[in-house]
Amino acid sequence: MRIALFITCLNDAMFPKAGIATVTLLERLGHQVHFPQEQTCCGQMHANSGYAVAARQLEQLTSSVFGGADAIVSPSGSCVAHLRAHTALPVYELSELLVDVLGVTEVGARFAHRVTYHPTCHGLRLLRLGDKPLRLLRAVEGLELVELPDADQCCGFGGTFALKNSGVSGAMLDDKCANAAETGAEYLAAADNSCLAHIGGGLARRPGAPKPIHYAEILAS
Amino acid sequence: MTGSAQPRRVVALGMPRHATGPLAAPITAPEPFADAAARKLKDTQLRANLGHATRTIRDKRAAVVAEVDDWEALRDRAAAVKDDVIARLPELLARFASAATAAGATVHHAADAQQANDIVLGLVQAEQADRVVKVKSMTTQEIGLNEVLEAAGIAAIETDLAELIVQLAHDKPSHILVPAIHYNRSQIRDLFALRMPGFAADSDDPAQLAGAARRYLREQFLSAQVGVCGANFAVAETGSLVIVESEGNGRMCLTLPRTLIAVVGIEKLVPHMADLGDFLRLLPRSSTGERMNPYTSIFTGVTPGDGPQQLHIVLLDNGRGAVAADPVGKQALRCIRCSACLNVCPVYERVGGHAYGSVYPGPIGAILSPQLTGQQAGHNRSLPYASTLCGACYDVCPVKINIPEILVHLRQTGPKPLAERQLMSALSWVMRDRRRWKAALRAARAGSAPLRLMTRRRGHTLRRAPWPLSAWTAHRDAPLPAQESFRDWWRRTHE
Repeated sequence: MRIALFITCLNDAMFPKAGIATVTLLERLGHQVHFPQEQTCCGQMHANSGYAVAARQLEQLTSSVFGGADAIVSPSGSCVAHLRAHTALPVYELSELLVDVLGVTEVGARFAHRVTYHPTCHGLRLLRLGDKPLRLLRAVEGLELVELPDADQCCGFGGTFALKNSGVSGAMLDDKCANAAETGAEYLAAADNSCLAHIGGGLARRPGAPKPIHYAEILAS
Repeated sequence: MTGSAQPRRVVALGMPRHATGPLAAPITAPEPFADAAARKLKDTQLRANLGHATRTIRDKRAAVVAEVDDWEALRDRAAAVKDDVIARLPELLARFASAATAAGATVHHAADAQQANDIVLGLVQAEQADRVVKVKSMTTQEIGLNEVLEAAGIAAIETDLAELIVQLAHDKPSHILVPAIHYNRSQIRDLFALRMPGFAADSDDPAQLAGAARRYLREQFLSAQVGVCGANFAVAETGSLVIVESEGNGRMCLTLPRTLIAVVGIEKLVPHMADLGDFLRLLPRSSTGERMNPYTSIFTGVTPGDGPQQLHIVLLDNGRGAVAADPVGKQALRCIRCSACLNVCPVYERVGGHAYGSVYPGPIGAILSPQLTGQQAGHNRSLPYASTLCGACYDVCPVKINIPEILVHLRQTGPKPLAERQLMSALSWVMRDRRRWKAALRAARAGSAPLRLMTRRRGHTLRRAPWPLSAWTAHRDAPLPAQESFRDWWRRTHE
């Protein structure tokens, strides 16, 4: 299957590994990935920060760049949720593409580590990903999946919330990091690098806490 | 003032008409949410009380909602009934007023808080009463009725236990359903010992505390001439009011005084008595986590020789008409004040209700307060930002108010700081063209190269950054731009 990749602005600039892993994984499964160069940002950040005009422009740009694609994959739950709500694009979060469209849960990965998973809010409540990412992770050879206490609680990122209400965001982050540390996992995986940048930034200040990782990187290993 | 619907003054969203005067205070934040929240975060006792209480109610709610097979269908039906009401407000108000009048009630229309307070004060003064007993009512909190009555020398006695606690403490409610959620029982015992006449209890055992309050309140019920209540529902076809409460204090106030005054928001209407069934299933499970509500009072007009012989119903707009005219925001008027959204909100759980600066706190308050007052009032414009948009509130709302959608809508229509507007505009200009985007990626990479070197041993995360990014690094390390962007990797490997 020919699959278009929407990398997202954040992954492009800061976390290319999630995109590289997505490409590596899909190619390994025998699919052809293409990357439309005109893409930049879906508009979510502007929309949720209150900038409707800029958001509409970026949504339209993304719509025209990906117009005609049969399937678009993106390693970001919140960007997929935004595009699904505001465009007609056939866009899938990675676990949706793998499990629902391609019908795969066993992706041939090996990752011999103790891992816990944080289901990000937009993946959980907007996309209703359910246990799709967990089914993929459980099928990874050598991986020990441990449950994250209060997993469904928001990590406190919330885009500009992390800056505008920095203290409340920090209090929520403290609880998330404490729960993650309690699992004894080596890695905390998630399907969204925006939340992971925030959680990872908190975990970096706790010696011995799990390291943040995008779950695509585990599936591609 | 009886019978036919009078023209309601409409308060346009964004109009600062509620911005001034003491009457605006109950639903107008006096300071930015972030400032109030930062102060509340330091109160570790508050956080412990709230964390314990919200988790308990949250778990209780989840358990009893899971028992109902047709919960989603119930939510859909209730939302549809309320949407119909919002679309036909003038018609249903007129129907309610004529049915209630025919049953012996006197119906008043109040465009705003001041009109409502004037009406109620006039009625109480006409009775020559020096005090009123009150059923717990968010609407009278919204208009600041107690303060108005007290300024006129009339004691307004709250008879709901938690409201009484808040009143004795000269405090403000911090939760819609559990207004004293920020107190624990030893704090309550100390308060009762200090302020409750005739208080005698030797421990902070909840039964003893409740017993003391019961003895105190009984005297009030038996001697008050005027009762004041709100309403959970107002049935248009019959002119009936419905009050849902847990302690029986409401029934005392509704039956013992000679005169009863109900202050009712116009969105409380339901068209038919039969509509109540769904709401009375949704409300207790969502609010207290109970399967059924203990005391549900439905009363219509006046019955000679039985109960109050005068019933006054004050139908309050106070910004609701304007909210009903907002295509995105009008769904907020479906709210039945259950407070399920407060109990699941991670922001509310950490800062409590007072941080919202309004009697409507939590997710519903973050939309409703600025919607009712307009965003120019006080610091209500900061409230739509008091959320991560995590969506937990929308999931539990029994009438399916899409609170995150309204939060975003208010952000998009509200005022924003100039520097932020300029930054966001520059960013969108860069992002609208891939060459500009590529150039920006290159510049960010080059600019951060020395930092990458410095933070090598920490895995390339920055511990301290200058303002405004210091707001980020105050609580977490900041990531640095990647050494090679994704698109550069793609070009290197795939083209």
